[in-house]
Amino acid sequence: MKCDLCNKKATVHLTEIVDDQMSEMHLCEECAREKSVQMEQQFGLSDLLAGLTDFGKQTKTADKVDLKCPTCGITYDDFRKFGRLGCGDCYTAFRTHLSTLLKKIHGSNHHFGKTPKRMPKAAKKKVENLQDLKGKLLEAIQEEDFEKAAVLRDKIREIEANKDNET
Amino acid sequence: MRLDEFIENTGEWLKGTGESANIVMSSRIRLARNLAGTPFPNKASKKELNQILTTVHNAIEQIGYFKNSSLFKISELDNVDKQFLIERHLISHDHATNPDGKAVLISREEVLSLMINEEDHLRIQVMQSGLNLDQTWEIINNIDDALSEFLNFSYSMHWGYLTACPTNTGTAMRGSVMLHLPALVMTKQINKVMAAISKLNFASRGFYGEGTQASGNIYQISNQLSLGHSEQDVLQNIKGLIRQVIEQEEQARQALMLQNKPMLEDKIFRSVGLLRNARIISSQETVDLLSMVRLGTDLGILKNITRKTVNELFITIQPAHLQKIGGKKLNAAERDARRAALIRKKLGGS
Ligand SMILES: [Zn+2]
Ligand SMILES: [Zn+2]
Repeated sequence: MKCDLCNKKATVHLTEIVDDQMSEMHLCEECAREKSVQMEQQFGLSDLLAGLTDFGKQTKTADKVDLKCPTCGITYDDFRKFGRLGCGDCYTAFRTHLSTLLKKIHGSNHHFGKTPKRMPKAAKKKVENLQDLKGKLLEAIQEEDFEKAAVLRDKIREIEANKDNET
Repeated sequence: MRLDEFIENTGEWLKGTGESANIVMSSRIRLARNLAGTPFPNKASKKELNQILTTVHNAIEQIGYFKNSSLFKISELDNVDKQFLIERHLISHDHATNPDGKAVLISREEVLSLMINEEDHLRIQVMQSGLNLDQTWEIINNIDDALSEFLNFSYSMHWGYLTACPTNTGTAMRGSVMLHLPALVMTKQINKVMAAISKLNFASRGFYGEGTQASGNIYQISNQLSLGHSEQDVLQNIKGLIRQVIEQEEQARQALMLQNKPMLEDKIFRSVGLLRNARIISSQETVDLLSMVRLGTDLGILKNITRKTVNELFITIQPAHLQKIGGKKLNAAERDARRAALIRKKLGGS
């Protein structure tokens, strides 16, 4: 078998998940070494999904009690095995764990972007308001106006604290 | 529109125009959406999947934008049809398996494709030629807004759009750009560039599917992050990154022209010669030669071949396309002969 990247003999065989798609790679020594540098960067994403990395270790055995989504019935273990959630309510059922996981992957665990048209007006306003404040906070930091930034930060925290109780 | 009618044209995104079209083949944005109060496809029963399909279908019929689009149920397609849609980048490999409740909506020009009951209830995709993420976003954003007037999307104040795979949650958006990078490959800089890209939280992969070596020197680069950044910010980031890659490729092309023009011309003219004369040719050999022909066209070395012709060949030389064009099942040897004939016809061979 030839290396996927050059034409030398492939000696290393990898399974990789990119963009939710699983794929196999066959590489020669040299390309594999190069690839491993890239892999390290993506490690979090690919392996957490495949359930290979036991991030349960970080959350201690006590947290390993069977978390189960009351709506669709999948357990957190199921999710770790298959990398897929069963329904929207899983996000509430596994919120603490997902929060940690997503923070690790994205460096953030709060949505910052568009909202559906059909969302209740009041809720929508709140989200837009929040995004607006975050924008202003960034500006204040860039302009090194830290006094203003501190005020904005507190406001954002307050709204986010309320928001978390609502979802 | 029947599926067979699509064979007479190719997607609008292959026309070879737009910003940096000499390097950027196309821009694509995908959005994942789910219906509130319904399990994700992997957990939904056959009955639920069919209900989702009906709900989405009803919404589609009320939206003017979809007037010229056609809906195909995956369960009603044979294997060649399904492969044909994969080859055209209109459905994913996953969408072609377990057909229960699955469907795809395709617009006449193939700008839009909407997969129903893939990993998420809706996977909306819009493609445009060249580096054109702005317009692509405008189109898909409008489609998403229109759909959300009729469908109640699963959305949380905290997490944004909820998706079956939590790594997509948030914007649930993936923007990707397809690049033709032959000079970076020839000057052996491609691995360096791709390693840098993955460090910046972007993913790269080949044209013909996941994990494959970038055949034809075509690479697809897309964002990984979906939480904590707005859609526009993410797209600006991709654009910035892509412009840098374009710059690198331009420089590599200039270097090749300066230092090694006879070698380059030789490679390009030999490639055209082979393609115009071959009687039997594999797809791997074809895409490698096509890449050289596209480069020759983009550098003005080849005058009589358009970029559009080359772009289209990248799609139409694939197995299911040859079988659709031929109107029957073909084995590998027959395909290699048909492929060679098609290429000779398109490139004016003997
Ligand atoms: Zn190698
Ligand atoms: Zn659930």
